[in-house]
Parts: sequence; C-alpha cells; structure tokens
Amino acid sequence: MAVRMKMSVDQEKRHQQNWILQGLTMVCLVLFLVYFLLPFFWLIVSATKTNPELFSSFGLWFAPNFNLFNNLSDLFTNDGGVFLNWLWNTTYYAVCSAVGASLIATIAGYTFAKFQFPGRNVVFAIILGSIMVPGTALAIPTYLLLSKIGLINTPLAVILPSLVSPFGVFLMRMYSEQAVPNELLDAGRVDGAGEIRIFWSVALRILAPGFVTVLLFSFVATWNNYFLPLLLLSNPSYYPLTLGLASWNAQASANGGAQLLYTLVITGSLVSIIPLIVGFLFLQRYWQGGLTFGSVKS
Amino acid sequence: MKQPPLEIDDPGFTASHRAQKRAAVRGSQRWSRRVGLSYLFLAPFLLLFLLFFILPLGYALWISLFADRLVGGSVFVGLQNYVHAFQDSNFWEGVRRTALLLVIQVPVMLVLAMIFALLLDSSIVRFRTLFRLGFFLPYAIPSVVSALLWGYLYSPSFGPLTQVANVMHLPAPGFLTASGMLASIGNIVTWQYTGYNMIIIYAALQAVPSELYDAARVDGATGWSIARYIKFPLITPALVLTGIFSIIGTLQLFNEPQILSTLVPNVIQDHYTPNLYAYTLAFTDQQYNYSAAISFTLGAIVFVGSYIFMFATNRRSLR
Repeated sequence: MAVRMKMSVDQEKRHQQNWILQGLTMVCLVLFLVYFLLPFFWLIVSATKTNPELFSSFGLWFAPNFNLFNNLSDLFTNDGGVFLNWLWNTTYYAVCSAVGASLIATIAGYTFAKFQFPGRNVVFAIILGSIMVPGTALAIPTYLLLSKIGLINTPLAVILPSLVSPFGVFLMRMYSEQAVPNELLDAGRVDGAGEIRIFWSVALRILAPGFVTVLLFSFVATWNNYFLPLLLLSNPSYYPLTLGLASWNAQASANGGAQLLYTLVITGSLVSIIPLIVGFLFLQRYWQGGLTFGSVKS
Repeated sequence: MKQPPLEIDDPGFTASHRAQKRAAVRGSQRWSRRVGLSYLFLAPFLLLFLLFFILPLGYALWISLFADRLVGGSVFVGLQNYVHAFQDSNFWEGVRRTALLLVIQVPVMLVLAMIFALLLDSSIVRFRTLFRLGFFLPYAIPSVVSALLWGYLYSPSFGPLTQVANVMHLPAPGFLTASGMLASIGNIVTWQYTGYNMIIIYAALQAVPSELYDAARVDGATGWSIARYIKFPLITPALVLTGIFSIIGTLQLFNEPQILSTLVPNVIQDHYTPNLYAYTLAFTDQQYNYSAAISFTLGAIVFVGSYIFMFATNRRSLR
C-alpha cells in the first residue's frame, strides 16, 4: 500500500515536471514563431502606410490612415507600370524554366534509374559532383559566353541556364527507382510498346508527384533568382521582380528615402511574395515529400 | 567451365553456331539500340549541362590563365592570376569573413533546426503544423526581399527595433555599423534558412519506422535517450546534407551584402565577400581574367571545405 502510494506520488511529480517542461517548450517555440513571422507582419503593416508615416509612426502597428490601396495603385502605375512588367517577366521566366527543367530532369532521372548503358555511373557521378560547384564560378563565364553569341539582355539568357537542374536529376533518379516497378515496364515491352511510349504513357503518370516536386523547386529557384539576372540583364523592361525591387531600393537609398520609393519597394515586396507563400501552403505534400527523398537517400 | 574443342565437321555445329550468332547479332542490335535510346533520353539534359555547366567552367579556367595587357592585348600568363589571388588581401579578407560566419552562424542554425525538428517530431508539442509552416515560411521568399525587409527593420531612421530602443531610452542598436554588420547578415541567413534545414531533418525523422521507438520504450528508454541514441544517429545523413548546403551557400554569400550595401555603402565595401569581389572585378573593373581566377579559387575553397566536412563527419559517424 505504502509502496503504491509512493509510486503515485512519484508519478504525479513526474507529470508535473513534464507539464512544466512542456509549457516552457511551448513558450520558447512561440517566441521563435514570433521571430520568424514578425518581419512578415512588419511588411503587411508597412504596406498600409504613406512614406512619411513610415518614419513617423511605430513600425509594428498600423498608422491612422489605411493607405494600402493607394500604395497598390502607385505600385502598378509608377514608371509607366513597369512593376506589372516585372511581375509578368518573373512569371514567364519561372514557368518556362520550371516546366522545362523538370521535364528534362525527369527524363534524365528515369533513364539513369531504368536503363543500363556504358558510362552511366561516370556521367551520373559528374552530374552529382556538379551540385557542389559554386554558382559564382559559373555565372561570370556564362555571362561572357552568352555575350559572345549576343544572347545577353534577352529572356533566353535567364531561361536557358535555369533549365539545368542537377539536383532535379538526382531526385528523379531516386524517385524512379522507388516508384516505377520494373515489371510494369517489362509488361509494356512484351506488349510491343516502344520505350518512348512506355515513358510517356506509363512511367510519367507514376512519376507525377516527383515531377511536381522538381517543378515547384525550380519555379521557386527561378522566381527568387537574383545573381544570374543581375549579370545577364541590363534593360529594366526585362527585369524580374527581384532585380526591379533592388533597383528601386538603390534609388530610394541614393536619394535619402525622401520620395515614395520606399513605400513602393515595401508594397512591391509584399505583392511579390504572395504567390510563393500561397503556392507553398497549397503544395505542402509535394515539397515535404521531395525533401524526404533528398535527405533519406543521401 | 571448359568445353571440349568443337569439331568443324560436326554436322550439328554449323546450324547451332549460326543460330547462336544470329541471336548474338540480334542481341547486340537491341543492346546498341538501348544504348542509343538511353543517350537520346539523356540528350536534352546532357546538351544543356555541357553548354551551361561544363563549357562555362572550362572557359573560366581557360581565361583565368590569361591577362589583358595595355600593350599586346590578351597574353598567356599561366598561373600568375592565381599567384596574385593567393596574395590578394582583399580576397582573403572576404574569405575570412565568410569563414567566420561559417563557424558561428551555421552551427547555430543547424542546432536550432535540429532541436525544432526533434520537438516537432515528438508528442510534447501542440499545433505542430502551425510551427512547421511558420518556421519554414521565410524560405519561400526571395533572399533579395528578405535582405530588403531586414535592412528596413535594422534601419536607424524608421526601423521598429531602433524605435523600441528609443522609447526605452536605450542606445540605438548598431545593426548597420561596421562592427554589427556581419552579425546582422548572419541573422538574416539564420532567419531565412533555419526552417528549410528543419524540414530536411524533420523529413528524415518521419522516415524512421515507429516500431523502433516502441521497441526502445519497451526496453525502458526515456524520451531523451531515444533522441540521443536512436533519432540522432538516424538524422546524421540529413545533418551532413544540410551542413554541406550551408557551407556552399555561406562561402558564396552575395545577395544579402549586395542589397545591404546600398543602404550603407561605406560599411560594405566591394570586397566584403569573395563573391562580391569577383562581381566587382568583372563588372566594375572589367578584369574578367582575374575575376575568373578569383571565382575558381573560391570554388576550390568551397570544394575542399565540403570534402573536409564530409570526411570528418563520415569518420565520426563510423566510430
């Protein structure tokens, strides 16, 4: 009886300790959540302010006047509506690069997974090693080479290099090995279907989730790219959002922030990140699944 | 297995030999068609890979061996640009700076990411989806936008952090000063990539079969020892992966200092990071040859750094 009593007291103590530990953990996590989300909150609040209010009101709360719609209309009309142009460019570059890169990576990854051919291991090792080559070592010679053939300052200069996704090939090889059963391919071959038809009408359907993962990551990579367009584009009408916003910011800073450019950069930043955030929230399954692949198999 | 030598005049020989040969020819035809098809499937990727990866690398290596002279134009100088790079204090200042960030910021970020992943994988935390998405969200936005955002948050004229300090009659924090800048950049990078690394580690944890935990619990293991002896070894590959990505990313740091330099040009000079230096050399000074040599040296440092890291972690996980 006494023993049982003691045990239950111990258990109670343990429960209490657990409860305190749990509470402390939650407090810490909430503080970190505030840290990660505060800049977004600041961005939303600041997008509703006029330029003088940015300086005069407290940064983390709304100013008396709700100026978001004025800022938005300024954003889309400033400089002859160049922001809309940048938005369109970014979408265009990202869609072309993502669709192209993921299609190419899927075919290549599938081939590495399902075909035996001489040079397979060597070529794959080179592709894998290239993931580690720093982008800088590539960007400047890419600029020089493209300028030699006159492709500088064209949309193709941004899209073509973005079509190469070594990590996508790696991901799709892993995915093909796990998801596509060899028996299914053999059944197709016995039925007399050609390899191209087997890939197109049998394998690609099974590979769709992996394909979407690579699509999403290439899309985000191109949407967020700054270094490559900075080197390759000089005409503002070809700029993507990142480059355009950075150029407005540079102008605003050079002029001491006196005019409305700061509110434009802030409102523009808000508009530019909304599609990505929405995309990530809706396609959770795909990016989380894709990252599982990358980490487990490495 | 050795076969007896075949007799040529054996009547069965020619027929079976012919059949064998025919099969072999058909087989090799199919084989070569397979090889051709494999490379046909790979052709789009390999072509672009050659054009936008191998070719630029080779070209950079090639031009890094030349120098533009006032007299005589482009001259072959061998490794002279590399010798120059090794003696260039501007370059090494940037390397030292990014290396400092690497040894301080990256461990902090990865330890945070690991703790978050372990917590979100355990049952003691509620609202796990909220935390997972909230922590990951900064990764979804362009690094240019996060640098702009934090640049404004740091701003001494309208940044809320300075406003809070003013209200509390504290000295304004020197986020954008020469001494505070590296820490401020480190904070931006930590803010942006902790959640991404957390998700990679979390994904590795999710792949662990739950029977393993049940078995450990039956054997009387506590939450802590499960984390230490089961979960930690299983996420080591994911940690190595995130470590390598962080080494590559940090040594190549460019966007954040480049954006912040527009706010405080006198704090972030044109050689603040090696990458910024290579960019300035190429596009402001038109020294393409030397810039290529700098890029290559940086690439070599990244490569060596990643390999040392991989080697060190491999040995440790073997032990």
